[in-house]
Amino acid sequence: MSEMRAPTRTPEFEARLKQRYAAERRFKLAGLGAIAFSVAILVFLLGNMLSNGLGGFQRTVFEVPVDLSRMALSVPATDNEASAVRSLQSQGLPEIVQYAAEEALGSEGASQINSEAWRIVAQEVIADPALLRGSNTYSLPTNEDIASAYAGDGKLHLQPLANELAEQGLLHDAFDPGFMTRSDATDPQLVGIWGALKGSILTMIVTLLLAFPVGVLAALYLEEYAPRNRWTDIIEVSINNLAAVPSIIFGLLGLAVFLTLFPSFRSAPLIGGMTLALMTMPVIVISGRNAIKAVPPSIRDGALAIGASPVQVVFHHVLPLALPGILTGTIIGMARALGETAPLLLIGMRAFVATPPSGFTDNATVLPMQIFLWSDQIDRGFVERTSAAIIVLLIFLLLMNGLAIYLRNKFEKRW
Amino acid sequence: MVTEQTPLTTPEEDEPTGEPKIRATDVSVYYGDKKAIDEVSIDVHTEHVTAFIGPSGCGKSTFLRTLNRMNDTIPSARVEGTIELDGEDIYQSGMDVVQLRARVGMVFQKPNPFPKSIYENIAYGPRIHGLAQGKGELDAIVERSLQRAGLWDEVKDRIEDSGTALSGGQQQRLCIARAIAVDPEVILMDEPCSALDPIATAKIEELIDELRGRYAIVIVTHSMQQAARVSQRTAFFHLGHLVEYGHTSDIFTNPREQKTQDYITGRYG
Repeated sequence: MSEMRAPTRTPEFEARLKQRYAAERRFKLAGLGAIAFSVAILVFLLGNMLSNGLGGFQRTVFEVPVDLSRMALSVPATDNEASAVRSLQSQGLPEIVQYAAEEALGSEGASQINSEAWRIVAQEVIADPALLRGSNTYSLPTNEDIASAYAGDGKLHLQPLANELAEQGLLHDAFDPGFMTRSDATDPQLVGIWGALKGSILTMIVTLLLAFPVGVLAALYLEEYAPRNRWTDIIEVSINNLAAVPSIIFGLLGLAVFLTLFPSFRSAPLIGGMTLALMTMPVIVISGRNAIKAVPPSIRDGALAIGASPVQVVFHHVLPLALPGILTGTIIGMARALGETAPLLLIGMRAFVATPPSGFTDNATVLPMQIFLWSDQIDRGFVERTSAAIIVLLIFLLLMNGLAIYLRNKFEKRW
Repeated sequence: MVTEQTPLTTPEEDEPTGEPKIRATDVSVYYGDKKAIDEVSIDVHTEHVTAFIGPSGCGKSTFLRTLNRMNDTIPSARVEGTIELDGEDIYQSGMDVVQLRARVGMVFQKPNPFPKSIYENIAYGPRIHGLAQGKGELDAIVERSLQRAGLWDEVKDRIEDSGTALSGGQQQRLCIARAIAVDPEVILMDEPCSALDPIATAKIEELIDELRGRYAIVIVTHSMQQAARVSQRTAFFHLGHLVEYGHTSDIFTNPREQKTQDYITGRYG
């Protein structure tokens, strides 16, 4: 009787079946665990950054009423904001603001006002000259000492003053929109991220313009034209190795080659972009080759069979179909370049740059370098500013990755 | 195996007249060191359908692909012998492959429309060859090609839809329309119905019969019934040799070679 039973119904078989299900459950649990672990790390990272960094988008300000109606100030009729600010300075605006601060805060409080605070008044007056005819309350930045005291550390003897002014509603933290429009400064109350952000954008443009065409053409040639022989094997291995070379080596290369060729462009986005392009190009070649390989050969056959030349096959059929993959690879390479600090250290992009670069050949710094420089500072205010800069960098990265996903979906063809 | 070249003497109403469109003489094809085709000689006539039959791996597709030099895309492939199109050797050094492929079109085993609109699929060939002056002429070519491929009535209202959204049989007729849009002289078909259901197959066979009046058609097929239905002349390949070539009716009713007899009666294959 028992030897008549089908082999799939024996107890041994059922035991094996149980083992198989158990193995499957273990595998699922391990996978879920891995995902939970990475999500936890991500949540911790983002949570930590946000809780530290949101303070970086604020600064401590005094609320100071300033009456400008009795002062014979005038805003010159010029489009140049800097010269208008200079004109107001020579008309005595800094002294007027200082006097108003002493009226409102007392001499001890007024000594803690930021020396550049009058510029806030100047900018608001230039934006709206009607303010010259009346009394208004302005939010003026404090200096770093009382900002620290207000936050609960720093100089102890300032804390009673800070508490008193805060109770009167004259001292508080306010959102600082200028953080996105200013550049680096020595005072954490006055720093901004725009200079570094613009430097990053200019550097990325140079990188993209150099690495994308070179990388795509190299990938197309290697996949579609190059014969398979020892030379192309050597080239392939070299490109793969190039993608794995530590980035600081590319910095040394940029230092040795580009800065020897263009010595006057030290710490310019042009040189930074060229150095990062060297690093990004192999990534584009590798991802581009994979995308080109994934285009079905039947499409090439179909085009060849109606008499398309090889160049027409490549540019009318292969490239459009490979483009989503190439773009994804490009943006991943660009995102890596955006976060790169080491090679730029070597070509001098770690300079203190207080004005945003106006072109590709101006002195500039980039976001990760700005983060590095600020994290080196000892002032308490820079800690929050560093976290805020990290948030800006992460948002920039997210936008780039979002663009990659958008482009991939837009150009993707289904068949 | 010695290649059979003696012309058949059986009287047939559609006995080819005039010079052959394609004359292949002692053609051998090598993949690296391996000889895939061994000294095949064959004539292909215009207004005829020539079928290549034979078991898998016998070289019939390889031979078909030598006729428009599609084997050039395989680096290790090498062709010996001569293939003449209207008396001109297509493997001579001055031959323009782009022009050759415009004259000798090809339809593949698996429908391979471009992932573009139906219109663009057809218009692509005429456009790259500069066959149309202006949009009106191009529209006319697209319509005419789709009509000849028997697809116009089914797709005329969705000509801007993707070619890949059509059914398998429609896709294959789209590929045929794409091939005839550049006005070729010869159409090569590599098992055009092997991925299609019987109804779609019947439509393609009907289409082949209609197209015969304009073009020389060479079709590779696994189905002996299909060869018998659509072709006037049949070539039987076995292990890279051409075993027998003649009128389809002779091959199927009165083969001269024992091997042909064995294959068509299903004794092996």
